[in-house]
Amino acid sequence: MSTTTRKTKSKKNRNILEMLGIYSVIGVMFVIILYPLLWALGLSLNPGQGLFGAQMIPENWSLAHYEWLFFDPRSNYLTWYKNTLIVAVSVSVIGTFIVGLTAYAFSRYRFKGRKNGLYAFLLLQMFPVLMAMVALYILLNTIGLLDSLLGLIIIYVGASIPMNAFLVKGYFDTLPRELDESAKIDGAGHFRIFFQILLPLAKPILAVVALFNFMNPFMDFILPRIVLRSPENYTLALGLFNFVNDEFANNFTRFAAGAILIAVPIALVYLFLQRYLISGLASGATKG
Amino acid sequence: MGEILPDPESFNQEEVIMAKEKSKDIENPIVNPKHNSTLATLLSIIPGLGQAYNKRFIKASALFILFAAFVIAMMDFVSTGLQGLVSLGNVPREDDSRIFLSNGILSLIFATFFLTFYLLNLQDAYKDAKRIQLGWKVPNMRDGFRNAWDTGFPYFLIGPGLLLLIFVVVFPLLFMVFLAFTNYDLYNAPPRNLLEWVGFENFTNLFMISEWRTTFVSVLSWTLIWTFVATTLQIGLAMFLAIIVNDPRVKFKKLIRTVFILPWAVPAFVTIIIFSAIFNDNFGAINLQIIEPLFNTSIPWLQDPLWTRIALIVIQVWLGFPFVYALFTGVLQGVSKDWYEAADIDGASRLQKFRGITFPHLMFATGPLLIMQYSFNFNNFNIIYLFNQGGPAVRGQTAGGSDILISWIYGLTFENQQFNMAAAISIILGLLVATFAFLQFRRSRSFKEEGTF
Repeated sequence: MSTTTRKTKSKKNRNILEMLGIYSVIGVMFVIILYPLLWALGLSLNPGQGLFGAQMIPENWSLAHYEWLFFDPRSNYLTWYKNTLIVAVSVSVIGTFIVGLTAYAFSRYRFKGRKNGLYAFLLLQMFPVLMAMVALYILLNTIGLLDSLLGLIIIYVGASIPMNAFLVKGYFDTLPRELDESAKIDGAGHFRIFFQILLPLAKPILAVVALFNFMNPFMDFILPRIVLRSPENYTLALGLFNFVNDEFANNFTRFAAGAILIAVPIALVYLFLQRYLISGLASGATKG
Repeated sequence: MGEILPDPESFNQEEVIMAKEKSKDIENPIVNPKHNSTLATLLSIIPGLGQAYNKRFIKASALFILFAAFVIAMMDFVSTGLQGLVSLGNVPREDDSRIFLSNGILSLIFATFFLTFYLLNLQDAYKDAKRIQLGWKVPNMRDGFRNAWDTGFPYFLIGPGLLLLIFVVVFPLLFMVFLAFTNYDLYNAPPRNLLEWVGFENFTNLFMISEWRTTFVSVLSWTLIWTFVATTLQIGLAMFLAIIVNDPRVKFKKLIRTVFILPWAVPAFVTIIIFSAIFNDNFGAINLQIIEPLFNTSIPWLQDPLWTRIALIVIQVWLGFPFVYALFTGVLQGVSKDWYEAADIDGASRLQKFRGITFPHLMFATGPLLIMQYSFNFNNFNIIYLFNQGGPAVRGQTAGGSDILISWIYGLTFENQQFNMAAAISIILGLLVATFAFLQFRRSRSFKEEGTF
């Protein structure tokens, strides 16, 4: 055996070893990622209610918890789903519209207070809404919107403005100004320029904002927890949280079933749109 | 607001005019020396009069009507509101100090708006008068309306957003700031009692009373450790995985990417609750299926602060690495192969290639986003609260063993009802966040570009 072939052979061996290493790391990651998710799925199929004695691969699996969520008269699951949809759709539509208008103004007009407004947005988006919860509670209480979906919608829309306006403004900035100038020369008014020229071009980022606005009410439990009081007004996240909040271990399989029903559609949307979502977030953060 | 404010298109023109005016002051004679700009400004002490003097009658009447409407409708509310803000109520059990406080803050906001409007009105009268001196013709009614529409348009656009922002974000934050200077706690709670202003007492208590101070120091240090360790680990893991999966020899990239992104796609509140079941001391899978068979013992994940913290960091890495991973993969796919080929020719080692090519590329493209990951974790309330509600409880402290600042504030507010202390700590948190944001954004590219417009 000549030295060169030995060298290539050892190189080949190293190659195989390396690939083995890489694939085993990936394999371990797969297990770590999938285990909790599959565990929750398995638990939701257990017939019993408690965490104790529940198995990941149940011996006699049943859909009892799913049936309970949908058909039991004591279950509010469908009402929660409806509430969440109402909130999500309203926040998505209203929030995206308002953010679009605001971002358009900040991107295309030079007006007094513009610069300070931008600074304020930057600063405000760093503060979590949670910090002001006492005041929000008292405010909603004073204007009688406590325990109402409308109050929740207003807060979601308002709180999403600073960050999203920045995201969209950054995108508007990348659209050439010549477009609106030439439209203006052709006699288009402010609104026409906005609705017929800029909005269609900004669709990708507006879609991202709309989607985030839509998803947020499905995933946030803390704001509803402060605003909403009666179970028939709950959103899904809050309702599910309360399943486990009171007696953690005793309701867990039911929680798992409810959680799977939210997690699956949301995960699918995220997986299908991941490229747009991630690039949208990235462009907003680096250009904004 | 009429033509008080320059519109975007005329903005530059106006600046040119102003610049010309300045030079004209020296060279050109004043055309209308009788028109007195000081008088116009003084007349505008009652908004509208100065404009009328400038012969802009429509604008004058619009301003006067707005002014009168505000004075008639709001003056009463604003003045009682401001008085209430000072006194916070006089009659115990009847006056609710919280209402006084919130009305007072609203009055402050209204008053600020009014003052801005008022100053702009003075400025407008002065500017128009100056221009008339220089022979500027007052535009006719149609042009006046047009100008007003053009100038007012951006305000019209941001109006709804601004309004919501003020009520949902600014007002509550102000309320919180004011609360920090009152004595609002469980024992002194409206409507039973009246609140009082206590100055900086809450802050001095936080630092002078040893229980508060030790709690504050331990929570703050854990918050910083948590932010740094959890975020750095999640970025490190993401980088490692992105680099090895990006190896051209690896197959099934799409499948791998999809699975790796799953933790980001599944709502976090669901997975955190699942994890808190998996880590459960008595019947969680980690103890039952891994630790006990292997080491014949069980780990008190939820009872011991140190183990809770370790579990939290592990879970956050699980939750947080996918997003960074996706970012990094995107960047790596865009790095030209030429770099690596050139490095190969020069005989660079892997480490050298990583340090010289891969790492700078990743950091350059994603820097601001990575910093956002840190600030996200700094205020990552959900994971702390859902996993173990900030617990385990620590003797003699209002904060649990795994509480970070934001979850401590939540606990103080909704469990201990120490509103004043919660607000004081919120202010400190806010100052930390704002300083960080300021340093960060001053460095960021976007703001420098912004200045070049």
